Amino acid sequence: MISDIIEMFQNDFMIRALIGGVLVSLCASLLGVSLVLKRYSMIGDGLSHVGFGALAVASAFGSAAPLQVAVPVVIIAAFFLLRLSGNSKVKGDAAIALISTGALAIGITAASVSGLNTDINSYLFGSIIAMDKTDVIFCSVLSAFILVMYVFFYNKIFAVTFDENFAKATGTKAGMYNMVIALLTALTIVVGMKMMGSMLISSLVIFPAVISMRICSRFKTVIITSAAVSVICFLTGLILSYFYSAPTGASIVIVNMIVLLIASFVGTFVKKRR
Amino acid sequence: MGELISCRNLAFSYEDVDVIKDLSFTISEGDYLCIVGENGSGKSTLTKGLLGLKVPDKGKIIFSDELKRKDIGYLPQQTPAQKDFPASVFEVVLSGRLNSRGLRPFYSKNDKKIALENINRLGIEDLMRRSYRDLSGGQQQRVLLARALCAGRKLLFLDEPVTGLDPIVTEEMYRIIDELNKKENITIVMVSHDITSAVKYATHILHLNFEKSFFGTTKDYKASPLGQYFFGEGKEESDK
Ligand SMILES: Nc1ncnc2c1ncn2[C@@H]1O[C@H](COP(=O)(O)OP(=O)(O)O)[C@@H](O)[C@H]1O
Ligand SMILES: [Mg+2]
Repeated sequence: MISDIIEMFQNDFMIRALIGGVLVSLCASLLGVSLVLKRYSMIGDGLSHVGFGALAVASAFGSAAPLQVAVPVVIIAAFFLLRLSGNSKVKGDAAIALISTGALAIGITAASVSGLNTDINSYLFGSIIAMDKTDVIFCSVLSAFILVMYVFFYNKIFAVTFDENFAKATGTKAGMYNMVIALLTALTIVVGMKMMGSMLISSLVIFPAVISMRICSRFKTVIITSAAVSVICFLTGLILSYFYSAPTGASIVIVNMIVLLIASFVGTFVKKRR
Repeated sequence: MGELISCRNLAFSYEDVDVIKDLSFTISEGDYLCIVGENGSGKSTLTKGLLGLKVPDKGKIIFSDELKRKDIGYLPQQTPAQKDFPASVFEVVLSGRLNSRGLRPFYSKNDKKIALENINRLGIEDLMRRSYRDLSGGQQQRVLLARALCAGRKLLFLDEPVTGLDPIVTEEMYRIIDELNKKENITIVMVSHDITSAVKYATHILHLNFEKSFFGTTKDYKASPLGQYFFGEGKEESDK
């Protein structure tokens, strides 16, 4: 078994998947806690669809670096969606649904008209093998940036997650820190899209956060547990998908689902004893 | 005593529905102001205006030179999302210190010391390591009050601090707030449904009423028609 796993990582593409995946899992799990607690999970989901649209359109126009094209598009969409959900005039969730289905439709049309049908599948559901060397470097640089920013803004992120109005009222620039959260989320989504696929990347954001909230009761431990759960589920999913030739993204989600079930069970048990 | 905030001819509305019109009043150092009024009379709206969370349609809110946003503590009404938030009491209280941090990323020893002082001040030392979401309503209010004191000690805004608390805990809360006002000279602005207690503790009353609001000392309020109507006849608002 162990030797099989060692052999598995003899492949260059598995090493690339390992590096990219661990970094993306870390970023997604940290931001996920704030998104879930702020009731912004749907923003993450909407962004992944926008990311798909941007990727597909960029490829259709023959762009050599569709991932890099998607970055600014998704960042703009993130600020826009944040605005919408803070505005009582528009129904935020309806607006997000409109934008994500719209972006999906545009992406699929662009891809099939230009005959990119094989790529569509990998954009939608991800592909480990599709990660080449430049992708991994791009992923690593962005992930490192996200992680450093997260640590730097950690206390601010906690404050605007727990109580935005209090932060604002007492003189903290809550709007700016919300933008920081939106920016980091947008980057995480783009970085993870190639591996997880745009349909499944938001699961990487949401599952570990929900799991760790079931079992931990301090914010810092929630964050750390979320990161640990995310990386462990990623590794398990990656290894399982290799041995059973299953799609990687989907395998990771299934591992997360199983862990969530266990955590819910453990969580209720622990609560009862307290 | 010096004026801290002076409001002139304020008007607030939501999408063309007027909530408050032509309201003027002042808050001075050491005051204990209670904002009362029926449900929907605009108490929370006015509080948001004073806190800079909502811009008035008309009129001016003038802060005196010595009052900065960073001197303000705020005890908001809890949102449902907060009630089950996974954070320790210490984490929540410490977050009140954020406004004095600027861009510096981490809390200092002094911040932690101040957080501890306020935790002791409110007698919640034994809850410090507990999770906020496992506390009772009254305990959560104390935690949020400790956080408010970490943020600013000149002026404290409290939005319905006793809603949902049982009578004993309510009295305790009122006593703590009164002490902060009298002993530590913190100016209090409290939104309340409970006119009886408002009249008992406050030095000034702002009774919001769309047609004719009242602002003045508690003594004048008791003699005013609005005060007579709600208080003089011993009639209390019973709605939540
Ligand atoms: N975000 C909002 N959008 C539209 N109308 C609102 C909003 N918040 C409050 N209102 C309306 O403004 C009026 C005053 O509300 P509020 O200030 O919450 O009153 P109070 O706190 O005194 O109960 C109410 O009629 C309420 O329906
Ligand atoms: Mg209210």
